Amino acid sequence: MATITVFINNHPYACDASTSVAGAIAQATHQLGATRQSVHGMPRTMLCGMGICFECRVTINGNAHQLACQTPVEAGMHITYWEGADA
Amino acid sequence: MSHAHVIIIGGGIVGSACAHRLAATGWRVTLIERDTIGSGATAAGMGQVVALDDSPAEFALTADSQRRWHALGQANPLVHEYTPCGTIWVASDDEELAMAAAKVPNYHAAGLHAELLDAAALYRHEPNLRPGLPGGLRIAGDAVVYPSRSAAWLWQQTGGTLIHAEVSALHAGGVTLGDGRHLSADAVVLATGSRARDLVPALPIRPKKGHLVITDRYPDFIHHQVAEMGYVKNAHLTDVDSVAFNVQPRATGQILIGSCRQYDIHTPEVDPVMLGQMLQRCLEFMPALATLSSIRVWTGYRAATPDGQPLIGPHPHQPGLWLATGHEGLGITTSLGTADLLAALMNHTPPAIDPTPYLPSRFFSAT
Ligand code: FES
Repeated sequence: MATITVFINNHPYACDASTSVAGAIAQATHQLGATRQSVHGMPRTMLCGMGICFECRVTINGNAHQLACQTPVEAGMHITYWEGADA
Repeated sequence: MSHAHVIIIGGGIVGSACAHRLAATGWRVTLIERDTIGSGATAAGMGQVVALDDSPAEFALTADSQRRWHALGQANPLVHEYTPCGTIWVASDDEELAMAAAKVPNYHAAGLHAELLDAAALYRHEPNLRPGLPGGLRIAGDAVVYPSRSAAWLWQQTGGTLIHAEVSALHAGGVTLGDGRHLSADAVVLATGSRARDLVPALPIRPKKGHLVITDRYPDFIHHQVAEMGYVKNAHLTDVDSVAFNVQPRATGQILIGSCRQYDIHTPEVDPVMLGQMLQRCLEFMPALATLSSIRVWTGYRAATPDGQPLIGPHPHQPGLWLATGHEGLGITTSLGTADLLAALMNHTPPAIDPTPYLPSRFFSAT
């Protein structure tokens, strides 16, 4: 199985080339916390894993509001998510 | 004119504005709405307040209305989500830039702001436009509003009676509701937009279908309402389907993307071919739109007339029936000016602008 490197919040991370962005974030964080903030400032994280809930939105290569669970990782991809106010 | 009773049919922005103005001038107001206040085309449209100088009649009504929206919006910006972001009309070539330059004195003569932008100024305002454009025209007094909320607010101020019902027929001195009830009034105002012919079949109104897309929140992606100079030209190509680049920043950071026009389509479904052509046109002007994610697409119907001007005033052959419809794609803008004109005509007081170009009688032969 091929391994590639992506950048998650600017940290290089080696992951399986066949995973999704959501999978890469989940693996990289060990214990998944909030990944975005609602309009009213509430913490949110990925939920359905199948493109329905839109809670997994992250910024990919500078494009905001991409669905992490529906986007396959690519080598060199820059993934940015919200890690909380004091992260 | 105290305590005369008027029935207004249609609680869109036009009907609500008319109710507001008539109540303020002493009428007892009953509003009949089949859905909710501010639904229909009011909810489906972009909520743009634009002064357009493409004909003297259009300019008079839109300029008057732009001022009224400014006063209403400034007094209560949160209610109306009033955002005085201005419009930039983008020229795609030097010929269109010359057209833009020729418009500046018209706006100034009417006491409105207008500024010709060269290419550098254009990109300073809107860096996401594609390279290679020669410039544009900036109208700083234009604004964006949330028309459904404005309609609800205008109606609330009247203290009138709201009836949720369908009107099945008009008759001398009143209306008949779908359940057979008769309501009588001194005057009836028909403000049902593209559905006006349901009750007055001879009206020269045709529905013109449009599609809109709204994106997720991307604050600062654009700062003005941005549209191509060809918008009005394309919009008024009667009988032909047309698309034009027109994007608008919402107060939420979302972006509304339009526009397209189709005659004689009576089904509300999203048409993927038309939607594709519309988005393609927008990408030609603003390629970075392709990086945004859209969250919803919907359609609505404008009420188009043969000469592009609304019908405001008395029905020439049905005494007691007043018309306020046919506003095409400018109903949000012109609702306030329409209400003032209609109320002046009904009250026999001097109107702010000459009502002649909008009188329904222009489409009826004298009998
Ligand atoms: S987790 Fe629900 S849409 Fe991605």
